[in-house]
Amino acid sequence: MAAHTSQSVAKAAGDDVENNDAAARGRSRLADGRNTGTGNKNGARGGLRRALATHWYAWTMIAPVVLVLGVIIGWPLVRGVYLSLTDANERNVARTIGVRHIDATYRFVGLDNYTAVLGDPVFLQRLVWTVVWTVACVSITFTIGLALANMLNRDFRGRAAYRMALILPWAVPGFVSVFAWRFLFNRDNGILNKVLDGGGISAIPWLDDPTWAKFSVIAVNVWLGVPFMMVALLGGLQSIPGELYEAAEMDGATPWQRFRHITLPGLRSVSMTVILLSTIWTFNMFPVIFLLTRGGPGDSTEILVTQAFREAFITSPRDFATSATWGVLILALLMIFALVYRRSLRKQGEVW
Amino acid sequence: MRRGIAATALVAALALAATACGGDSKDDGQGTQAGGELSGTVTWWDTSNDAEKASFQKIAEAFTAKHPKVTVKYVNVPYGDAQNKIKNAFSSGSDAPDVIRADVGWVADFASLQYLDEVPAETAGKIDAEFLPQAAASGKYEGKSYAVPQVIDTLGLFYNKKMLADAGVQPPATLEELKTAAAAIKAKTGKAGLYLRGDDSYWFLPLIYGEGGDLVDAKNKTVTVDNPAGVKAFKAARDLVTSGAALTNATDGWTNMQTAFKSGEVAMMINGPWAVADTYAGDQFKDKANLGVAAVPAGSVKAGAPQGGHDLAVYAGSKNTAAAHAFVDYMTSQEVQVQTAKELSLLPTRTAAYEQPDVKGSEMVQFFKPAVDKAVERAWIPENGSLFEPLKVEYTKAITGSSSPEDAAKAAGAEFRKILKGWK
Repeated sequence: MAAHTSQSVAKAAGDDVENNDAAARGRSRLADGRNTGTGNKNGARGGLRRALATHWYAWTMIAPVVLVLGVIIGWPLVRGVYLSLTDANERNVARTIGVRHIDATYRFVGLDNYTAVLGDPVFLQRLVWTVVWTVACVSITFTIGLALANMLNRDFRGRAAYRMALILPWAVPGFVSVFAWRFLFNRDNGILNKVLDGGGISAIPWLDDPTWAKFSVIAVNVWLGVPFMMVALLGGLQSIPGELYEAAEMDGATPWQRFRHITLPGLRSVSMTVILLSTIWTFNMFPVIFLLTRGGPGDSTEILVTQAFREAFITSPRDFATSATWGVLILALLMIFALVYRRSLRKQGEVW
Repeated sequence: MRRGIAATALVAALALAATACGGDSKDDGQGTQAGGELSGTVTWWDTSNDAEKASFQKIAEAFTAKHPKVTVKYVNVPYGDAQNKIKNAFSSGSDAPDVIRADVGWVADFASLQYLDEVPAETAGKIDAEFLPQAAASGKYEGKSYAVPQVIDTLGLFYNKKMLADAGVQPPATLEELKTAAAAIKAKTGKAGLYLRGDDSYWFLPLIYGEGGDLVDAKNKTVTVDNPAGVKAFKAARDLVTSGAALTNATDGWTNMQTAFKSGEVAMMINGPWAVADTYAGDQFKDKANLGVAAVPAGSVKAGAPQGGHDLAVYAGSKNTAAAHAFVDYMTSQEVQVQTAKELSLLPTRTAAYEQPDVKGSEMVQFFKPAVDKAVERAWIPENGSLFEPLKVEYTKAITGSSSPEDAAKAAGAEFRKILKGWK
């Protein structure tokens, strides 16, 4: 990979300064790059230095972005990891109240927070439900999104109107949708139960029963997630050449066979991306859970992120260290997931 | 921590969306010189409910009549989110209010974090001399006064007089009587007997006091929620629901309770004076005389309701503390307390206010005053407010049947000991 880029850029740069020393150095660098392209450690470091020397202008241009990202993402991240190794809470962190400044007095405690969190059965409970919630949401959202995308990918009257209608849930701010659903789900006064009552079915305790509450949060998240899936997959569908379907039809392939052997493989790169994205989003989908059930009834719909929030903001003094620990663990889980996912895609021959 | 920041940002965004607060309270609030005329802006975060807030806004803004150079900026912060919002604002310092209305359970917490400005000595002396002693206790932390009591309250049993008469029952005095009464109401009117909030653990307190228990014993630094009395209380809660005597919800309890009671879907509810103004707005209570209040039903040991209420406190970082303290004095003055007692049936905290005809004439005040005198004082410890969230989780689990009363009590005790480090 390193060899590829340095080759092409060196070539481009080399064209202008064909006859001076820089070009000569460039060529020798090019040769080195090829040799070290196999990827041993030393070579990689040398490659980085050479890359810096060659692409200094590119680095200069992206420096502001790197700086901003470093400040708004990198620094809080580093700080979060540091906090998770301390006993920081609301009582001992530095704060300024008017003109009075109170200095921080928290201490470094090493991995105590991690052993405490991982040793608590609550972590495993939350993790299991978070995984169930993520898998359920993503698979249902994907299936419905794919079905709708297939339906909308043909010519029929009013197609644009249908597409608009199906994208609408996406356009409404998330918290508005969630509050609307909360009203619908209300056991005593909600529309859903009024309708069921009309049909002779007794009221369902949507948000009052742990199992129904889990069903409800998943349903709302699917409602919010389908438009994105649908749009992404529709885009993917439109990039599959129509000739393939025509040829398959000539060969006498059934609709199911066409779907399995043309549509699904054709959609693969798009679907792999949206599944990864949607998994990460769902794993950390704070607003749906927090606004719909607050993790309840009891703590039955609490996922890892809402639990981290609970640690930091519900109890007093707010426990920043434990919350940071949960945050770091969540990040670690997602990174492990992304790595495993990437590896499995590589095995299937996808380039990532 | 990134998650935490995202969450904070979300909450902050919601806070802005919900109240459209934001503002520039401090820039112009240069305060006053000693002895000079008060000036500047006082931002007040009020947590009163929808039925009460218009009255409070009017009263607050009338402060300007006494101090023309002071502008009062009234912001209503929904009670449920207020503790967090206040903490966020106080710890960041930007756009923090000058005065807050704090639940009595929050004062020690905020004071221990050094967020509150001490009450001036002159006012502090008056609190001891002129206020109900149990109300005065709630504003103190480590012997110093940090808040002035605004209103005091406790829980009572609200009942629909007509529905009870139709069913031929008296207001129940014990949980056993309540179950019998509920069965009679169900038989005669087809409606449910009681609405018991299952989504807020404050409503669990009468049940645990009724069994002779309490959440904690602050004197001996002991968690008591999981002792036998506590277990019996969780059982009593579950029993009210399974026996069909009480309706409950795990979400939106406040709205569902008020809707059900106001429309006559249930005959009784357990609630406090802050619900009176809203209840009177209901169809069933067009004739105010139809609303009756009795003491909360007794458990197997006694009848006990928690002492609650709200205090007003000044932010230690306020740039306009002189005007802020003057505003607190005004809002807790006898004149204002009499007015809120008359308009909203809220109970004054000043002893002398109870001698005023408007207060004496209020039926609700007449009921609640003796109830408040007997109410169970909670432990005024900084962690007081934090106990309700873990308790809510277990209470909801027990009342909806997803956890046994024994497990719920045990789990609540374990959570309490995590919060109260070093307690037994």
